[in-house]
Amino acid sequence: MNKKIKFRVNGKKVEVDVPTNRLLIDCLRYDLGLTGTKEGCSVGVCGACTVLMDGDMVSSCLALAVFADGHDITTVEGLAKNGELNPVQKSFIQYGGFQCGICTPGQVVAATALLEDNPRPNEEEIKDWMMGNLCRCTGYYKIIESIQKAHQFAK
Amino acid sequence: MISFEYRTPKNLKEVHASLKEFGTDAKLIAGGTALIIMMKQRLVQPSCLVSLRSVRGLNGIEIKDGGLRIGGLATHRAVESSPLVRRRIPLLAETYHHVGTVRVRNMATVGGGLAHADPNQDPPPTLIALGATVKATSANGSRVIPLDTFFTDYYETVLNPDEIITELFVPKLPGNSGAAYLKFLPRTADDYATVSAAAVLTLDKNKKTIADARIALGSVGTTPIRATAAEAVLRGQPLKAEAFVEAGEKAKEAVDPVSDFRGSAGYKKEMAAVFVRRALERALANIRQQSKAKAAPKTTKRAAKARKRRKR
Repeated sequence: MNKKIKFRVNGKKVEVDVPTNRLLIDCLRYDLGLTGTKEGCSVGVCGACTVLMDGDMVSSCLALAVFADGHDITTVEGLAKNGELNPVQKSFIQYGGFQCGICTPGQVVAATALLEDNPRPNEEEIKDWMMGNLCRCTGYYKIIESIQKAHQFAK
Repeated sequence: MISFEYRTPKNLKEVHASLKEFGTDAKLIAGGTALIIMMKQRLVQPSCLVSLRSVRGLNGIEIKDGGLRIGGLATHRAVESSPLVRRRIPLLAETYHHVGTVRVRNMATVGGGLAHADPNQDPPPTLIALGATVKATSANGSRVIPLDTFFTDYYETVLNPDEIITELFVPKLPGNSGAAYLKFLPRTADDYATVSAAAVLTLDKNKKTIADARIALGSVGTTPIRATAAEAVLRGQPLKAEAFVEAGEKAKEAVDPVSDFRGSAGYKKEMAAVFVRRALERALANIRQQSKAKAAPKTTKRAAKARKRRKR
């Protein structure tokens, strides 16, 4: 069974005819070509598939595409504005927040949501918020440092 | 995941109509964090999903009879971050904060979590200890169900297929009471508990005798359990450390955990006794903290401001 859904992705209106059992991550990657969002564990634990729905982070592997109908979705592709990376992305580059890169889209989307909620989080607050974003390289110290220093890149 | 029809009713009346049409072939979905996984694994294969996501007016959090009334569609995140919950029943906010990760808590709803009825969840022990009830609504009306009689088996509750949890009610704590929830978490921060225990302790006026106690545990059987025998050994007893140890031992007799990667059944039993004792100790510490705060002179505005500055 299919359903026509309309929503915004990174500010752009889209309309897709999706099977009702289509997951949001598959809709983003295969129907819309936004392959920045990665699939890791497929059960909502690893955080690689993190996207924002109306500003709140969710696991796109646990959400149906039909959940997005009428909502605003932000993926990693939507963080840069007019070709300029956002402060979290710049900080991840400057301070080595990513190693192999597979978890990075989820990490920067989650960190962006954190800074929206709490612009100057301390280490404990960062760990508490980011504990659902796993890094298989275990490079957590650099990720924490990048998030702590992201404010340097804010205008 | 198999294919299914997806309904988006706008109000309860439409929800009831869809449930009537599809009967037990329909499943309600709200946050979907638990159900989608079960559907991916083909443990559940509904022919229709009735989404509650467009139903309005069921996610409020407000004061009722001194306690808190929480809409069935309120998210875990809404509960943990609600100033009202944090002020009135801080343990509730603390307990919901323990669930999974922020991503899960943004989606998972209070009613959905309870209806899912996984015995490893965090909220049930706390809610049972606090004496919470849920309101289940069908086309034929509503009924109120105490949470200590709500869970019947793994992923099974007393809910009928046509009933929806529209409300959770958590009464306010009696005077001279303290509450605590402890989650034994030896593996990762977002894991289910190896054993969890919640306790509400009420002292009499002179604070030397235990007037009442409510104790509940999670991850120790097919459902969250209320340890009534452990409560009974405390009631009316003088306040002594030995009483808490004895209650822990009684709780141990009530649990029936399984061996898994979180620990052997024997180990979990021992930990059940330990965590019930510690939860009672924590609840008592909370009572003492409250009376200290009451006895202490009020801080001046200037002192409070200075403290705030230091914190930053």
